[in-house]
Amino acid sequence: MRVEFDVNGERRSVDVEPRRHLADVLRDELGLTGTHLACEHGVCGSCTVLLDGEAVRSCLLLAVQCEGRSVRTVEGLADGEGPGGLNPLQRAFSAEHALQCGFCTPGFVVLLQGALERDPAVFDDPEALRRLLSSNLCRCTGYEPIRRAALRAAGRDPDAV
Amino acid sequence: MKSPSFGYVAPASTADVVDALTTGSAAPGGAVVLAGGQSLLVELHHRRVRPALVVDLGRVGDLGGLAVAGGELHVGALARHRDAERPGAAPGPLGRLLPRVAEHVAHPPVRARGTIAGSLAWGHPAAEWGAVAVALDARVDLRGAGGGRSVAAADWFRGPHRTARRPDELVTALRLPLPPAGAGVGFVEHRRTAASYAGVAVVAVLELEGPVVTSARLGVVGAADRPERAAAAEGFLRGAEAGEAAFARAGELAARDADPVDEPHQPADHRRHLVGVLVRRALGRALADRRSTDEEEDA
Repeated sequence: MRVEFDVNGERRSVDVEPRRHLADVLRDELGLTGTHLACEHGVCGSCTVLLDGEAVRSCLLLAVQCEGRSVRTVEGLADGEGPGGLNPLQRAFSAEHALQCGFCTPGFVVLLQGALERDPAVFDDPEALRRLLSSNLCRCTGYEPIRRAALRAAGRDPDAV
Repeated sequence: MKSPSFGYVAPASTADVVDALTTGSAAPGGAVVLAGGQSLLVELHHRRVRPALVVDLGRVGDLGGLAVAGGELHVGALARHRDAERPGAAPGPLGRLLPRVAEHVAHPPVRARGTIAGSLAWGHPAAEWGAVAVALDARVDLRGAGGGRSVAAADWFRGPHRTARRPDELVTALRLPLPPAGAGVGFVEHRRTAASYAGVAVVAVLELEGPVVTSARLGVVGAADRPERAAAAEGFLRGAEAGEAAFARAGELAARDADPVDEPHQPADHRRHLVGVLVRRALGRALADRRSTDEEEDA
């Protein structure tokens, strides 16, 4: 089945079986392997992408559901090439050591980019931010450096508990 | 695992959805409705369902949103959990209850896609919306090959993942009657971890005249194999003086009448204990909710 949708600002057209989820199509058909797959049943959040600006699990979305819609992946976040082109959130992850093995990182970065753009009030409410971060699993950092990176990127003081 | 193959259609109207369901449900494997997909895709990935046809609601224009009409909140088939999280999604007590319930449903990215009506149609026995539906005497609106009908929440749930829906029927909406402006609402849930399903969850809606309870509604999930009202506790509360003693007794009655399902991390005796504790707490919160709104009006 032919599906057309925007991926990181470019119109893409792919022929996919209806059974294939968006994450597989991004990775296998479009070569966008920055979107990671771990649990493949909506628990871990590694595959988080922005669908029309809203953070969603791309393993729980059929590619055919994306007809005419706009998808943004971790590859679409940087402002330019190389380390200097990283966006403020990505730089904050680096500054706060918010990753170790890095497997979950694309999911967290996309989740938080969605919140920065759509729901910035979450960064003023420690409990709401904790609940947002509990959307995704990280088994290295213990979440604290990720929380700090989120606050830094949002222009809040990471030390202000 | 990956999903098995299936046919896929995305009709543009409710009538075409019903046609697709009618045709599809006659084939081996049947037809399933794809609304938010946050449970269906998991079932597909695990190959616990192998439908012949997936009918996607995404192209039907008029199934979304929350709207108040005739003393009810109309929850369209494509209204997302997130829609209920927004303050002011409904007026009065229901508007205070919905966000408290919604924030217990999965995580923000799942709430952005998953639907309230889909949760009822899926019929997971621990789903929070089931407690809301039975507590408020909600109605589920359906459209099928034979036309439309409406089913009371009390008759909707037939057991885990079993509902009154027929294979050719689409749940078009859920209708929640608005509690009176002076009602107090409370919601309490116990679960093992932040990522777990509810072990037990309780919705309480209290109406008072002075200190005396005139009406108590208690919707409970986890007390049985489906969402149920705690009828004996409600009966005891009518005419009782609202407060810790009455709420504790109501909890005891609800626990006595519970018939919980035994599960590895939720043994039946533990669940029964939880029902008693959470009914008491939910009533306490409903009373506090009622008092805090009184104070706002006085101020």
